[in-house]
Amino acid sequence: MQTSAPDDHDDLREALRALCAEFPAEYHRRHGAEDSYPEEFITALTDAGWLAAMIPEEYGGSGLGLTEASIVMEEINRSGGNAGHCHGQMYNMGTLLRHGSDEQKRRYLPKIATGELRLQSMAVTEPTTGTDTTKLKTTAVKKGDRYVVNGQKVWISRIQHSDLMILLARTTPLSEVKRKSEGLSIFLVELDQAIGKGMDVKPIPNMVGHETNELFFDDLELPSETLIGEEGKGFRYILDGLNAERTLIAAECIGDGYWFIDKATAYAKEREVFGRPIGQNQGVQFPLARAYAGVEAANLMRFEACRRFDAMQHCGAQANMAKMLAAEASWEAANACLQTFGGFGFAEEYDVERKFRETRLYQVAPISTNLILSYIAEHILGMPRSF
Amino acid sequence: MKVLVPVKRVIDYNVKVRVKADNTGVDLANVKMSMNPFDEIAVEEAIRLKEAGKAEEIVAVSIGVKQAQETLRTALAMGADRAILIEAADDVGTDIEPLAVAKLLKAVIDEEQPGLVLCGKQAIDNDMNATGQMLAALLGWSQATFASKLEIEDGSAKVTREVDGGLQVIKVKMPAIVSVDLRLNEPRYASLPNIMKAKKKPLDTKTPADYGVDVSPRLAVLKVEEPPARKAGVKVGSVAELVEKLKNEAGVI
Repeated sequence: MQTSAPDDHDDLREALRALCAEFPAEYHRRHGAEDSYPEEFITALTDAGWLAAMIPEEYGGSGLGLTEASIVMEEINRSGGNAGHCHGQMYNMGTLLRHGSDEQKRRYLPKIATGELRLQSMAVTEPTTGTDTTKLKTTAVKKGDRYVVNGQKVWISRIQHSDLMILLARTTPLSEVKRKSEGLSIFLVELDQAIGKGMDVKPIPNMVGHETNELFFDDLELPSETLIGEEGKGFRYILDGLNAERTLIAAECIGDGYWFIDKATAYAKEREVFGRPIGQNQGVQFPLARAYAGVEAANLMRFEACRRFDAMQHCGAQANMAKMLAAEASWEAANACLQTFGGFGFAEEYDVERKFRETRLYQVAPISTNLILSYIAEHILGMPRSF
Repeated sequence: MKVLVPVKRVIDYNVKVRVKADNTGVDLANVKMSMNPFDEIAVEEAIRLKEAGKAEEIVAVSIGVKQAQETLRTALAMGADRAILIEAADDVGTDIEPLAVAKLLKAVIDEEQPGLVLCGKQAIDNDMNATGQMLAALLGWSQATFASKLEIEDGSAKVTREVDGGLQVIKVKMPAIVSVDLRLNEPRYASLPNIMKAKKKPLDTKTPADYGVDVSPRLAVLKVEEPPARKAGVKVGSVAELVEKLKNEAGVI
């Protein structure tokens, strides 16, 4: 299928497609049905250097930008897989790269590049404070050369397949800071030093087999060298990571969107009813053509968000819009695909129902569509804050 | 030892080939092109020889349109050390004939002096299966075609060939041309760091004139047609009916 994406990265796409082709639909279907982690697939991606795309060459990576990282995510989803199992590594990497100390980079990046360590998890969201991040209640109180963490987090993904986790906690009480965005700090937590030693993990079974958890902190002690950047500036650091996250997820939705359209058009061309292919009917063609146009348009915003992020320009608006547009486009494509397949779309062996459930997530996570609209209304269009 | 690997840019093996409406050839507009799969096996074998310490340098050569550069970059990303592109055509539809390719390769070999040439047994676009053999004849080198196993010994190569009815093991004197078959190995896919490194590896661009070779065609394609569509079969009700039809209708038993 032709797309409007620039062809500068076709060499990367082709190599990725060759790797992804070794993990056919049955593989992803099995992991989807068992809610299990596609360990072999993630290992193959790591071994071939794809998950270290953004790590500088001096630390064993390829020193590429978010554009290339997003292509990795797109191609995983386009091949029928689910990049949700590994996208954490890409956006968490940005936080460590842009704000970590040289010592932290030297210590962790080479091992992340080889796959010896995985940095897949980020703990921001809490049960009572979702998008209202600055109100979060988890605290890290400095005591001597350590921080003592107490509180609770929710929807923290891939803990069981990660060695490191980025944690956002309040280091100065809300009442003592001038702006509510101040006084938050981020820490790089070594999970084997934390689990059972002040941090407990409770998995949340869910609709898409996404590995996600509740975390409980009860006097978890973190050495002060786990602090990333300056104390109290964590909110700003995390925003960078969130823009990367949204852009990468936009790319995943684009990958899903193309997957649905490919799958649906192939089926519509070959499935015959009343002596002719169903794809000959405009009633079948138009929803797919419309969905394709939607995915293509969202893809342009995704590349613009990538371009700005890589040029160190403001990209909050573009990253959020790309995520919203791409999630809506992939959902429309999913719906059109399911309708094209009819009853067969509900059968697991066609993979449509699995991808349908997976792509639906992205209108809710990592930020819901309404909050993106509020952001655009308030921060881009200058309308009064609605909440 | 230096190993030379010729690679060809061909229509991707996954693409459903369509004949042009005017029957002059295959439609190559906006079609995915890739390295000939047999050539990929040849590149892989060269890399394995290098990894085993039996080869020092791998040179990939492609002859065709400018875009064959991408094919060479793929070879470099897999592990070839440098590449030579001979731009011999402007139009993707122009196929350089085996004899012209063999003459150009001979000229490259005269310059490069490799100890071994590993090539695909044939290209999947026109299935000529001729270039390797012609090259061996032009050079006066030994040839071993359809290799499914290759062992380099002192001054010779032991090659297992896939021939009709079985496997034939031969020993050829080096330097030699070995054309490779499907079962020799399974080519690796390029890793991201190697793709990035490949962008910096040397790629020389030449023309047939640089080697004094005339590539104008000696063959004329008269017509290209799709094979006739397969007709529907018949269902038989019993083994007896099947035997009866095979005997009396098809006349095969």
